[in-house]
Amino acid sequence: MTDLRTALPPRTEVVAFLQVAGVYLAIAALLVFNLVFTPNFATVTNLRLQLVQVAPVAIVAIGMALVIASEGIDLSVGATMAITAALLPLYLGYGVWVAIVISLAAGLLVGLVNGSLIAFAGMQPIIATLGLLVAGRGLALVFAEGRLTEIFDPTLNTLGNSAVLGVPISVLLALVITVAAGVAVHRTAFGRRLLATGGNRAAATLAGLPVKRTLVTVYVLSGLLAATAGLLTTARQGASDPSFVGLLIELSAITAVVVGGTPLSGGRVRILGTLMGALLMQLITATVIQQNLPDSAARMIQASIIVAAVYLQRGRGAS
Amino acid sequence: MVATRTEVSTRERRWRPDRAGAPIVLVLVLIGGTVLFGDSFASGQNLRNIALDSSYLLLIATGMTFVILSGGIDLSVGSLLALAGVLTAYGAQWGSLVAVALPLLVCAAFGLVNGLLIGRAMIAPFIVTLAALLFARGLAFAVSSEGNTVHIIPADLLLTRIGQASWLGVQAPVWFALVAFGLGWVLLNLTRFGQAVFAIGGSQEATELMGLPVARVRILVYVLSAALTGMAGVLIAAQTSSGLPTIGEGRELEAIAAVVIGGTLLSGGAGSLSGTLAGVLLLKVIQNLINQVGTLTAYYQQVVSGTFLIVVVLVQLRLARRRRR
Amino acid sequence: MIEVRSVRKHFAGVRALDGVSLSLHAGEVHALVGENGAGKSTLIKIITGVYRPDGGELHYRGEPVAFARPRDAQAAGISTIYQEVNLVPLRSVAANLFLGREPVNRFGLIDYRRMHRDAHEMLTRYGIAADVRGRLGELGLGVQQMIAVARALSTEARVVIMDEPTSSLEPREVDLLLGVVAMLRERRVAVLYVTHKLDEVFRACDRVTVLRDGRVAHSGPVAGTTRLRLVATMLGRDIDEVRRHGATTFGDEQRDATGAPLLHAEGLSRRPLLDDVSVDVHAGEVVGLAGLLGSGRTETAKAVFGADPVDAGSIKVGGRRARRWSPAAAIRAGLGMVPEDRKAEGLIADLSVRDNIVLAALPRLTVAGFLSERRQAELVDTFVKRLRIKISHPGQKVRELSGGNQQKVLLARMLCLHPKVLILDEPTRGIDVGAKAEIQALIDELAGLGLGVLLISSELEEVVEGADRVLVLRDGAVVGTFRGDQVSEDRIMRTIATAAEDDDD
Repeated sequence: MTDLRTALPPRTEVVAFLQVAGVYLAIAALLVFNLVFTPNFATVTNLRLQLVQVAPVAIVAIGMALVIASEGIDLSVGATMAITAALLPLYLGYGVWVAIVISLAAGLLVGLVNGSLIAFAGMQPIIATLGLLVAGRGLALVFAEGRLTEIFDPTLNTLGNSAVLGVPISVLLALVITVAAGVAVHRTAFGRRLLATGGNRAAATLAGLPVKRTLVTVYVLSGLLAATAGLLTTARQGASDPSFVGLLIELSAITAVVVGGTPLSGGRVRILGTLMGALLMQLITATVIQQNLPDSAARMIQASIIVAAVYLQRGRGAS
Repeated sequence: MVATRTEVSTRERRWRPDRAGAPIVLVLVLIGGTVLFGDSFASGQNLRNIALDSSYLLLIATGMTFVILSGGIDLSVGSLLALAGVLTAYGAQWGSLVAVALPLLVCAAFGLVNGLLIGRAMIAPFIVTLAALLFARGLAFAVSSEGNTVHIIPADLLLTRIGQASWLGVQAPVWFALVAFGLGWVLLNLTRFGQAVFAIGGSQEATELMGLPVARVRILVYVLSAALTGMAGVLIAAQTSSGLPTIGEGRELEAIAAVVIGGTLLSGGAGSLSGTLAGVLLLKVIQNLINQVGTLTAYYQQVVSGTFLIVVVLVQLRLARRRRR
Repeated sequence: MIEVRSVRKHFAGVRALDGVSLSLHAGEVHALVGENGAGKSTLIKIITGVYRPDGGELHYRGEPVAFARPRDAQAAGISTIYQEVNLVPLRSVAANLFLGREPVNRFGLIDYRRMHRDAHEMLTRYGIAADVRGRLGELGLGVQQMIAVARALSTEARVVIMDEPTSSLEPREVDLLLGVVAMLRERRVAVLYVTHKLDEVFRACDRVTVLRDGRVAHSGPVAGTTRLRLVATMLGRDIDEVRRHGATTFGDEQRDATGAPLLHAEGLSRRPLLDDVSVDVHAGEVVGLAGLLGSGRTETAKAVFGADPVDAGSIKVGGRRARRWSPAAAIRAGLGMVPEDRKAEGLIADLSVRDNIVLAALPRLTVAGFLSERRQAELVDTFVKRLRIKISHPGQKVRELSGGNQQKVLLARMLCLHPKVLILDEPTRGIDVGAKAEIQALIDELAGLGLGVLLISSELEEVVEGADRVLVLRDGAVVGTFRGDQVSEDRIMRTIATAAEDDDD
């Protein structure tokens, strides 16, 4: 029979505007607030610190944004970071580059498992990646025997703590990844397939697109990016800490994506918005800390922002 | 009106590997454990440890079973466990009643907000409860001055005396968990509310068309889950005489794993509390056995839980697909 | 019992119901028929309180009523049985029968023994043999539908509305259901029976109302009408003056199909939807699939294109048989399909017109994985011009276009692949007259260029004037083939209307 869907309720223009520009407004507001009220905010040291801290989250969030665009979710990113961190010191003996390649390969493998479970076995993304969240962190701790291992490697130290033209390498990397993801989404066949698959899987299948391959690819990318983030974090800390690296980062990443204006319903993605979303969450944490509010307050504010953002995004995908 | 097809109307219960799986594996593991480790596994003290360890998880997983059966998920339970523990210890300065009532009420309030956002505002359960996970953990730290203050529950408090008591050789938390589990079983299987939970998970649309109060049931399910978690938190605090804001991380995953391993469909609509009980025991016994093997670290527990979860869901998908043919 | 008086309903400017009146009496089975979009669903939803009418009145047992939601209508004694079984497959039969009103003992706990006994009694009363403890989902769809009926009746319903209850049932399950309908009539229940199967109208119903384009096209006793007349009314054709609506834009020339077929599908079966359907399409030939809704038109198209699995059958394109058949394989082999449901299966609403057009042609438009802006622009430009798609710019979101232009976008998506055979499922449904004429002319033009076309349409004139050969489908099987001069609306309607008993074994 005919499907006479009732039209979307008319939304106030304010809400529509907030969905698109909210994250930029919030960042601007926080910047102004800090410039006025926070001493030593506008120093190079402080700004660089904020950027270095946000880089791993931003990298993971970009991968998450791609996964969400495919109408999925990846909860295993934190565990992937832990695996990377755990593997790094184990293979340093074979040379730093071997260790780096192996830890990145581990991220790829996690993504491959996630993607296969979802695309071929038809598992819900949330449960497949939840399984790897639990098993992955455990595996990392098994590899590392639960220990924090200090790492003294000049290459990793450079990667984690050096800067090019005053910009930290990790920040550069995050920027490069953002640009690459933007290009991939808007200028490549893969990006088009990704948005089509997330937007309307039935139509994508009927148009002859390789839907399953696209899904696997997107989880592999997410795994690789998480591994990169794990690498950077470990390099910066000069220690492999599989118990804590990337803990709860899936939440920060999802928040960054949603706050950045990407709906959870798939088919649309805002790469730059995601970067800004990550930056916003970092600024909130920084502000809270610099105003001498406790860390717990930051969490509660973050939680409220997630719900508010999703509530505002809700219904944008449904039409 | 004669072309009636005779359906198989025998009473025999069809063999359901997805349901019988957990109890059978549990028995096998118990036998295996006894054979391999003898007394160090099958000793009264070790079994008591397993029982105590299982009791908290059973409480949480009982609530989680309702949530999952209704087609939802509750990721906030791990943090709520910590919050409840901290609030118990914090409230203990005003006596046992406050120490129990405060955490239970706060947790129920969390469940209510979760439920309202899910059932009325129609936000995806995993996002709502993820936010609650963050919020509750934040609150737990805030109450305990960022983890710097550890409230101690006085040993002479009634709560402590009950919480650390034993009866017939079985610790109090185990009794509490069993009673809650029994009441939960009755609620799920013998009341209209329970039937509605199953029906909503099976098909929310059909249930709505049949005229059931879908939103109300969905809200209550999250309140129940949060309240049972709160109870577990109170019992842990009473057992350890303190409330730490750091406990319970990853408990939500353990509870989900127990429920799913117990044969409850993650998509909702089918499953059982008895399966959850088997799932809880199975997880805890395996964890105990891993501890028994000297060469294996405790971290293998997580590897086994996660792998188990994925394998069970894969088997469920396979069975569902075959049944559809 | 129920009287609907000149009810009107609009959806976002689209007229769904326009002054529809209908009265339903106790002890009477009233058939409601009409093609897609005629307004059947809307009318039911107004009666059951899902929608509110924009105008007109609803009277129930002599009093004006307005149900706010389905629960209220149910409480008042109006039960609805939906096309898709709306029960919970994972629950037991008894649980489904009693959901929300389970018998309880004095402690408020469910009395399973009583529930099972009552359920068993209830089913026996309607001649359904099923284990009341077994999962509902494990029963056949027919039995499930019967259980839905039993549930609806157990609420002391005075009015039962059945919305295409037999659309997924097997013949013997249909018999069972019609038996229950007869039983309801004896009990003085008023039944509104929505269907598109004429057999059922004549077997089970007393009165019939035909809806077309939101208006009542005919209403009267079943005894006073004929199958042919009903088909004609449903399709909006007058038997005596078939060409009243004017001609389509299809040309007159007759193309003769010779040589090996481009597409050869044989013995496609998928119970209970498709039963041994074979279709050939030759180069330059337009093959029409005619039949009422649910006769297997769309199912045939989807099976040929690899979008739905089949139990049996083989498909050859250009004489070659593909091993693993999927839409991607079909496209590689040279097929193209524009699906029936534009929104659900065709458009990617969030993407632009350009992105939607080039979607299937991506591999040809990339250099090392990067999309060539130039090639995309050329392709889009070519087809926007050729199909005269009205857009402000190629980056415009496809959701902003009119139905006709959206349809052209989907056509362009397939045409830019240069397919050998194009499957068009309802290519002109729900689009304006101008676009419709353009698309019809385009089909003609394409066939002239040597393309094979499989055309599905519920508009008879489109099939008759557009196709060189017409296959008539009924109940998932081909029941007639006409070619050349034999193709006429009259013949097709007669074939559709032929009683199923004629070819029953």
